[in-house]
Amino acid sequence: MDIDVHKVAMLSRIRLTNDEAAELGPQLESILDYVDQLQQVDTEGVVETAHPHDAAMPLRVDVVTNGNRRDALQSSAPNTQSGLYVVPKVIE
Amino acid sequence: MSWETVIGLEVHVQINSKTKAFCGCSTTFGADPNTQTCPVCLGMPGQLPVLNTEAARKSALTGLAINGQINLESKFDRKNYFYPDLPKGYQITQFPVPIVEFGHLDIPVPDGIKRIGITRIHMEEDAGKSMHEGLDGVSHIDLNRSGVPLMEIVSEPDMRCADEAVAYLKQLHQLVRFLNVSGADMEKGQFRCDANVSVRRFGEPLGTRAELKNLNSFRFIKQAIEYEVARQIELIEDGGEVVQETRLYDSVKGESRSMRSKEEAHDYRYFPEPDLPPLRISQQELDAIRAGMPELPGALRARFETEFGLSSYDADVLTQTRELAVWYESLVAAHPADPKRCANWMANELLGRLKESGLNISSSPVSALRLAGLLDRIADNTISGKIAKDVLDAMMASGDHADAIIESKGLKQVSDSGAIDDMIVKVMADNPQQLEQFRAGKDKLMGFFVGQVMKASKGQANPAMVNQRLNKLLKG
Repeated sequence: MDIDVHKVAMLSRIRLTNDEAAELGPQLESILDYVDQLQQVDTEGVVETAHPHDAAMPLRVDVVTNGNRRDALQSSAPNTQSGLYVVPKVIE
Repeated sequence: MSWETVIGLEVHVQINSKTKAFCGCSTTFGADPNTQTCPVCLGMPGQLPVLNTEAARKSALTGLAINGQINLESKFDRKNYFYPDLPKGYQITQFPVPIVEFGHLDIPVPDGIKRIGITRIHMEEDAGKSMHEGLDGVSHIDLNRSGVPLMEIVSEPDMRCADEAVAYLKQLHQLVRFLNVSGADMEKGQFRCDANVSVRRFGEPLGTRAELKNLNSFRFIKQAIEYEVARQIELIEDGGEVVQETRLYDSVKGESRSMRSKEEAHDYRYFPEPDLPPLRISQQELDAIRAGMPELPGALRARFETEFGLSSYDADVLTQTRELAVWYESLVAAHPADPKRCANWMANELLGRLKESGLNISSSPVSALRLAGLLDRIADNTISGKIAKDVLDAMMASGDHADAIIESKGLKQVSDSGAIDDMIVKVMADNPQQLEQFRAGKDKLMGFFVGQVMKASKGQANPAMVNQRLNKLLKG
């Protein structure tokens, strides 16, 4: 098992130092080795588990229950302007 | 060497529920930014999604309408990517087991009907909106749209030219509006299309495809696909290779550009959504959804042709939307004697006037009942068809009854043979030369005399009667 720790970190938007990557690499690999073992189990005829609880989804009626709580919800945002969240420029 | 184009379409249809997919926030369009959000659609920690019944029901209804298989148990998954308009860092969607699979839509093509396969319909949530224009170094984010329910409708790569792609989209657009599952307003982003386009030499396996994003009008879709096909053929003929990439069509410049970002950006690392158990729909629930299915455009069109004797053109025009069809049927109910006259007046006269005034059938100042009242006056010869057009203009302006306008403007048709004879005698006296020529055998002048008499009567003379009296009097 060969894992590119830096790629995984990039996908997760986690910045890693080379030392951290060197430490995490073997740990992630041991997880994948374990998954590999699971893969070897014969699951022929076993229904796939969609969810650990054998529950069907409860549904919600289509009625508006939430009002405008913008001020409260934006109070923890680092930067807003005229009700909009302001973030570093993201256009590609 | 001839080339074949292969097109598959992915359409995002915004479901017109009152609330978002997984929380009780309103979906009203155009609200002040971020006033329709809550901890669930903002992705705050510890919040749990609960699926909206209407999103599930409308997706299943759409699946039934395309003759798809409805999966009585479907699952939700997380699609992971980072973008500021996606506050959770993942989108809840359906990956391996969507609610609908294996459907199809029949589209009109020049030589008949073509069946386009629909691979799947899955439910997912929309992202928020990012704004960049006029901003320096920052973007602005409005999350009112975050969590609004979508259906993504994915076709098979069954279309072979831009016109077929547009025909498919129009058919789908009409269908979702008939089903009342979406407003499908393209300008509001409620019906958005991505096209996967590739070319191949006839008989060869599929070529590499490019994905065209953000096609937001039928016209641009056609232009963008045609541009892309030409680009790929030229590339290959010049010895190049098409790369799999996402391209953005610029409708102003009429060309597309690559949005190629690093391959990793498309590594979505799907996994099952642990916060949502499987969605189960019972057979009884599905039967109830099926029972609520309205008459679909194709069936309605066929019925209008057989039941009312309409031309396929008129039937098509009057079934473009459910509102039009309902309006036409109430018009026929009020003027049952002549469904074809109803169709002519609605399709040609009323819709034309509405369009000119920037109105539609729902905002028509003339109701079906009032238009029927006007058609009744044509049927009983109170006015001619020509005068009726003027009356309709007046009805559009004032909203009055046809009878009130006919009365107040004195537009009643003149069917009194004595009065018509008087007009004819005067026209004959005023045009001695034409009369002489006519009597010398120039039959074509009959039209001239009819015109003169109609003019003298300000269009109010009964045309049949004018013809009949002229025939008598002109011969002397």
